Amino acid sequence: MHVPDGFLDAPTSVATGVVAAAGIAIALRGARRELDDRTAPMAGLVAAFVFAAQMLNFPVGAGTSGHLLGGALAAVLIGPYTAALCLAVVLLVQALLFADGGTTALGTNITLFSVVAVGTGWLVFRGLQTVLPTRIALVPILAGVAAFVSVPVTAVGFVGLFAVGGQAPVALGAVLTTMVGWHLVIGLGEALITALVVSSVVATRPDLVRGARPALAQRTLEIRQSPTAGGAVS
Amino acid sequence: MKTRTFLLTGLVVALLLGGVASYYASTHPDGLEHVAEQVGFGDTADESAADGPLADYEVNGVDDPRLSGGLAGVIGILVTLAIAGGLALAVRRRAPRDADAD
Repeated sequence: MHVPDGFLDAPTSVATGVVAAAGIAIALRGARRELDDRTAPMAGLVAAFVFAAQMLNFPVGAGTSGHLLGGALAAVLIGPYTAALCLAVVLLVQALLFADGGTTALGTNITLFSVVAVGTGWLVFRGLQTVLPTRIALVPILAGVAAFVSVPVTAVGFVGLFAVGGQAPVALGAVLTTMVGWHLVIGLGEALITALVVSSVVATRPDLVRGARPALAQRTLEIRQSPTAGGAVS
Repeated sequence: MKTRTFLLTGLVVALLLGGVASYYASTHPDGLEHVAEQVGFGDTADESAADGPLADYEVNGVDDPRLSGGLAGVIGILVTLAIAGGLALAVRRRAPRDADAD
């Protein structure tokens, strides 16, 4: 869903640039709480993985493809603030090195991916986590649901920006329905990939999954007989 | 699984996805591009800046498409890893003691 240069007018691009800069500033502060010696390398890996996954367009029918946004995936794995930073780095590299997503649209893309997709993904995930039983087996499923929701919501986010600063006189209703329609289908792919990746990390190193911490904390309380600090020194 | 093993495994998976599997990715326009063409604002896209040595995930001067795309993917992954990893290390809370322990 990388927005190229030219889709949105200059004032809108400047405004999204401001939103993106503010988002990054907030994310830098928040990420400090999420990152320590153990999770910092994980953040680099997640960014690299999202970059790779975004190269893998999957067909969604009728000559159209979709690829992972990665907002929900990154948020569940490394926390929302760090995820926002990682997505911004991915978009920066894509725009500057690979001409994927416009350079004047970088603010727009960071707003959509780092703020809307990551924000939606994390809020849906945490929302579900608070109303459902805290079980580690649920973490990949909830991540998948959050990923699914994040894609059409991000599509609506684009349509909102297009309504303000779109450069072509087209019917907004048509933009909205087709964007949401296609991105509901793409969201299924996003959900599948996110659930698969989160479940493999949960299976090997659940302690490295930010979104698994509530479940892990509860499980630890159930099992531990003596309060010996088993390597959890931090 | 040790943290180092886990991270290296993850990186190898990412490199295989971006360096090898990407060759088989769909080349159809993505959702937004498709909608733009369908609804009729696709031609407002300005692709004039799309040149540069790695534009469109191809390495300039490498003719074999499999190699060119794969190499571009590997470069992108490593650059992203370096920037995001470096940023995360710079931002992280540092342990007041046991700084060298892993």
